Amino acid sequence: MSHGTAAAPHVHQAPTGFWKKYIFSLDHKVIGIQYWLLALTAVFVGMGLSLYMRLRLAWPSGEFPFFGGAQMTPEMYLALVTMHGTIMVFFVLTTAPQGGFGNYFLPIQIGAADMAFPVLNMLSFWVTFVAFVVMILAFFVEGGAPIGSWVAYPPLSAVGAIAGPGQGMGMNMWIISIGIFCLGALLGALNFIATTLDMRARGMSMMRMPMTCWVWFVTAVLGLLAFGVLLAAGILLLLDRTAGTSFFVPGGLVISEQLIDHKGGSPILWQHLFWFFGHPEVYIAILPGMGATSQILAVFSRKPVYGYRAMVMAMCGIGLLGFLVWGHHMFISGMSPYTAMVFSVLTLSIGVPSAIKTFNWIGTMWGGQIRFTAPMLYAIGFVSLFISGGLSGIFLGQPSLDLYLHDTYFVVGHFHLVMGVAAIFGMFAGTQYWFPKMFGKMMNETMSKIHFWVTFLGVYAIFMPMHYMGIVGHPRRYADTSGVDFLAPLQDMHVFISYAAMITIGAQLLFLFNIIWSMMKGPKASDNPWEATTLEWSIPSPPPFDNFGGRVPVVYRGPYEYSRPGEAKDFVMQDEPMK
Amino acid sequence: MSTIEADGVGTSVWDGGVSPFGIPSKKLSMWLFIISDALTFTALLMAYSYLRVSSKDWPMAFHFYPSIVVSTVMTLFLLTSSITMVFAVSAAQQGRMAASFKWIWATVGGGVAFLLLHANEWRTLIDEGLRTNSNPWGNPLFGATFFTITGLHMLHVTIGVVALIVISLGYKSGKYPADYVEITGLYWHFVDLVWMFVFPLIYLLSVAPSGAAH
Repeated sequence: MSHGTAAAPHVHQAPTGFWKKYIFSLDHKVIGIQYWLLALTAVFVGMGLSLYMRLRLAWPSGEFPFFGGAQMTPEMYLALVTMHGTIMVFFVLTTAPQGGFGNYFLPIQIGAADMAFPVLNMLSFWVTFVAFVVMILAFFVEGGAPIGSWVAYPPLSAVGAIAGPGQGMGMNMWIISIGIFCLGALLGALNFIATTLDMRARGMSMMRMPMTCWVWFVTAVLGLLAFGVLLAAGILLLLDRTAGTSFFVPGGLVISEQLIDHKGGSPILWQHLFWFFGHPEVYIAILPGMGATSQILAVFSRKPVYGYRAMVMAMCGIGLLGFLVWGHHMFISGMSPYTAMVFSVLTLSIGVPSAIKTFNWIGTMWGGQIRFTAPMLYAIGFVSLFISGGLSGIFLGQPSLDLYLHDTYFVVGHFHLVMGVAAIFGMFAGTQYWFPKMFGKMMNETMSKIHFWVTFLGVYAIFMPMHYMGIVGHPRRYADTSGVDFLAPLQDMHVFISYAAMITIGAQLLFLFNIIWSMMKGPKASDNPWEATTLEWSIPSPPPFDNFGGRVPVVYRGPYEYSRPGEAKDFVMQDEPMK
Repeated sequence: MSTIEADGVGTSVWDGGVSPFGIPSKKLSMWLFIISDALTFTALLMAYSYLRVSSKDWPMAFHFYPSIVVSTVMTLFLLTSSITMVFAVSAAQQGRMAASFKWIWATVGGGVAFLLLHANEWRTLIDEGLRTNSNPWGNPLFGATFFTITGLHMLHVTIGVVALIVISLGYKSGKYPADYVEITGLYWHFVDLVWMFVFPLIYLLSVAPSGAAH
C-alpha cells in the first residue's frame, strides 16, 4: 500500500487582480470570510424580520414603517415567521460556524496550506450565495414569501397559491433555494471530510486535533448524511407542486372551499423525510459552537480541555443519536405510542453525552487561572444558554408532556435558547477569538463586553417568559391572540418581550460597529495575542497566502498544553519540539 | 491527553502527513459523494415503500412482455457495462491506454443502450396512459414514484455516460491520469447498484398476474 503525500504543499501561487483575489478566490481564508460575511448579512436580515414579528405581536393594530402605512396582515406575519426561520437556520446557523470559521481555520489548525479541493470550495460558497439570493427573491415574486414556516409542512405547502398568498411562486422559490443550498452543503461536507482525513500535517494525529477540528469533521459527516435526504424530500415536494404528483397530499382534501385534485399521498411522509434531515441539522448548528467553546474555555482557563477523549466520544455520540430521534418532532402526528416511546428514550439518552460535555466544560474552568476576556465571556454564555435551553428539551422529549407543549411558545423558547442563541454565542465567541488572526486587529474589549452583557441578559429576557407562555397554552405562529380570552392577560408579556428584543437587537448594531471600527482603528494584533497553543497562532496575523509561508509544520504535541510544570511559559505550542 | 515522543511521530498512518487510506483525496471524495447520493436514493425508495404499503389500490401494471422482458434486458446491459468498466479500470491501472479506452467506450455503449431502452419503455407506458398524476389502473402515485425514481436514475446514468466520454478523451490525450478512470468507475458501479434496488422494487414487485389485463 502506497501512501499519497497528501499533506505536501500545493503548488500555490498568490493570485493578483481583484476578481481572483477577493471574489472568485480559491484561498480557503478568503472563502471563509465570504461565508462569514454572507452569514453576517443573513443574520441582520433574519433579525430585522423578527423585529417586525415582535412589533406585530406586541401591538397587533399598529402601523409600522415600510409597510405602506397599513396594518400588517396575518399572512405577512406568517411570511416573516417562515423567512426568519429559514434564513436563520440555513444561512446563519449552518453557514457561519462551518462554512465561515471551519473554512478559515480547519486547514490552518491541522497544518495544511489549503482545503483538499480549493475549486470545489469556491463552488460551495457561490452555490450557497445563489441559494441565498433565490431565497430573498421569494419576497418579491407574486404573492410574496411562503407562509408555511421553515418546516414547510404539506399539504398546504404542496397545493399552490390556493393555500395562501406566499404558497404560490414564493414556495417554489423556497424549495429551489433549499435544493441549491443542499448541493452547496454537500460539496462543502465532502471537502471538509477529505481535508480532515488527508491533509493533516505530520504528527497531527486525530487525537491531537483541536476540539474545533473535531466538531467541523463530525458536522461535515452529519451534513453529508442529512442534506441528501432533504434534497430528495425537496424534489418530491416540488413535483407535487409542478408535476401534479401527490406524494404529500391525501385524497378528499378541501382547501378554501375547493376540492383538491390530488389523492393517495401522506403529509406524514414529508415529516419523516424532513425531520430525518431536520434533527441532525440542529446538531450541525450547535456542534461548531460546542467546539469553539471547548477551545476558548481551555485557552482562557490556562488548562487543557478536561476529558478530551470523552469530549470527542460525546460529540460522536451526539452525532449518531441525532439520526435516531427525528420522531420526537412528530409526537402529535398520530404515531403509535410504542414508536413514540422508542423515540423518547433515544431522545432523552442524548442528555448523557450532552451532560458529559457540560460537566467537562465546567471541569475545564475548575481551578483554572481564568482570564475574563470577551471571547471567554461569550463561551461561558454559551454554556449557560446550552444548559438553560437543554433542560427544557428533557420536558419536550417526553410524549405525554409534548402532547400539551407542542406548538406552544414553550417550544419557541426551548429551541431559540439551545440551538439559536447558544449557537449564535458560539459564533460571537469565535468572532471575538479569531478576529485578531483573520484581520490582524484586536476588537475593542469595552464594546465587546457591553455587547455581551446586554445580549446575554436580553436573550434571557426574551426567551425565558416564552416558556411560561407556552405552559399557559399560548400557541405558536399566531399573529394576534389579544382577542382570545385566556391569552389576553399575556399581552403585557408580549410587550415586555418586544421591548427586550428591541434592546437586544440594538446591541447587535454595537457588535457590527465594533467589527467595522476594529477593522479600521483597532490596535494591531500580535501573532499570538491570546497565548494559545494551536497552529493558527504560530503564523502571522493575518496569515500569509499559503498559511505557513512555504514551510510544512510538524506537530509534536497535543492541542492543550497549558500550565505544564517545568516549562518557562504557561503554554507550549503544538509545533514546538520535545526537549 | 497523552503526548507522543517526537521520534514517535509518523508511526501510524493516522498520525498525519499521509492519507490514512492510502488513496488520493479525489477517490475518497467519490466514496463520500456515493454515500450522500445513496442517502438521496434511500429517501426516495423509502418514500415509495411508505406510500405503497399504505395504499389499498397499488397497480400491478407491468406485463411480462414487454415491460419485464425489456427491463431485464436493460438490467443485463447495465450489468455488462459494469463488467466492461472493470476491464477498463484494470487496463488503465496496467497502463494499457488503448485497451482501457476501448473498454470505456464499451461501457458507454451499455449505458446508451440502457437509456434508449428505458426511454422507449417510458414512451410505451405513457402511451398506455401512465402519467405523473394519474393512470388507468389505480393509485396515481404509481406513476409519480415510477417517473421520479427511474427519472432520477436515468439522470444519473446520463451524467455517467457524459463523464465517461469526457474522462476517456482526457485520459487518451494525457490530460487525466489513469486514476480518473477508476474514480469514474466507482460512480458507474454505484449507479448500477442503485438500479439493482430500483429494478426489483419498482418493476418486479408490480408484475401483472399472468392472464390478467392490468
